[in-house]
Amino acid sequence: MKKDSIKKNKGKWIFFGAVMVLYLVLALINLSLAKESFLEFLNLFRKIFPIFVLVLFFMFISGLFFNAKKITRSLGENAGLKGWLISIIGGILSSGPSYIWYPLLSELKKNGMRDAFIVAFFYNRAVKISILPMMIYYFGLSFVIVLTFYMILFSIINGVLMEKFLKFKLK
Amino acid sequence: MTLLRVKESFIKTLKSFKQILPMILGVIMLVALFITAVPKSFYNIIFTGNKIIDPLLGATLGSIAIGQPITSYIIGGELLNHGVSLIAVIAFILAWVSVGTIQLPAESMIFGKKFAIIRNFMSFISALIIAILTTLTLSFL
Repeated sequence: MKKDSIKKNKGKWIFFGAVMVLYLVLALINLSLAKESFLEFLNLFRKIFPIFVLVLFFMFISGLFFNAKKITRSLGENAGLKGWLISIIGGILSSGPSYIWYPLLSELKKNGMRDAFIVAFFYNRAVKISILPMMIYYFGLSFVIVLTFYMILFSIINGVLMEKFLKFKLK
Repeated sequence: MTLLRVKESFIKTLKSFKQILPMILGVIMLVALFITAVPKSFYNIIFTGNKIIDPLLGATLGSIAIGQPITSYIIGGELLNHGVSLIAVIAFILAWVSVGTIQLPAESMIFGKKFAIIRNFMSFISALIIAILTTLTLSFL
């Protein structure tokens, strides 16, 4: 178990190292593109950082007030409708890129959160209250209502299917 | 709530932060590279007007592309204004926000390879199905 965790941690650094090498190679081929990309990276990091801090704060709070037993009750196997509602609303209300939410969800999963709810959370990130005016401006109100309905519906379908696929093992 | 519990939770959060930092930085660097290398006008050129190929192309491009959801709606709206079909635009937007090819390695490391591949594959297929269903539903309204 510990070996596995060390291997996973190493993998994260290897991934980061590989991206650095990619930037270095790019700098050798096209310095201005590499420079522009790095400036864009700094710009993105600056934008994302407050959300990342917020996620870490949520993790701290969740560690403080929720134990595995409580999480299992709200988001575990027997959570039922409550679990779906929490993950759907959580997905809609969450901001920033999806990868920012990986640590929190991974922590909740370790404590018993259902895979189906993680899928539903990610899928509902497509529904954003803040961009509703923009969606209505480009596509109209009926489009937004229909699309939102299908997105929420498919987040549940995908969640249920995910668990079926994960349970399925080749004999 | 005891002080010990606060300390424990704080240390746990710090540990998670340390573990996740290289992965987050790597993904943001890849995203930045993609945003810089691929101009927004690229999407306008690529669609052909074919009713079958365009939605598939939309979902594929959306899967590779990355950025804030709002960007996908702006590009989608502009594509629609330039005559690209609604099905293709919806498939593009949905794949953009739900499929993450660039962050797939990171997602695999956190949730497992099987989970990440199945989730992204299902999101890709769902983008196409929802695009068809939404267009059909709107035609009845």
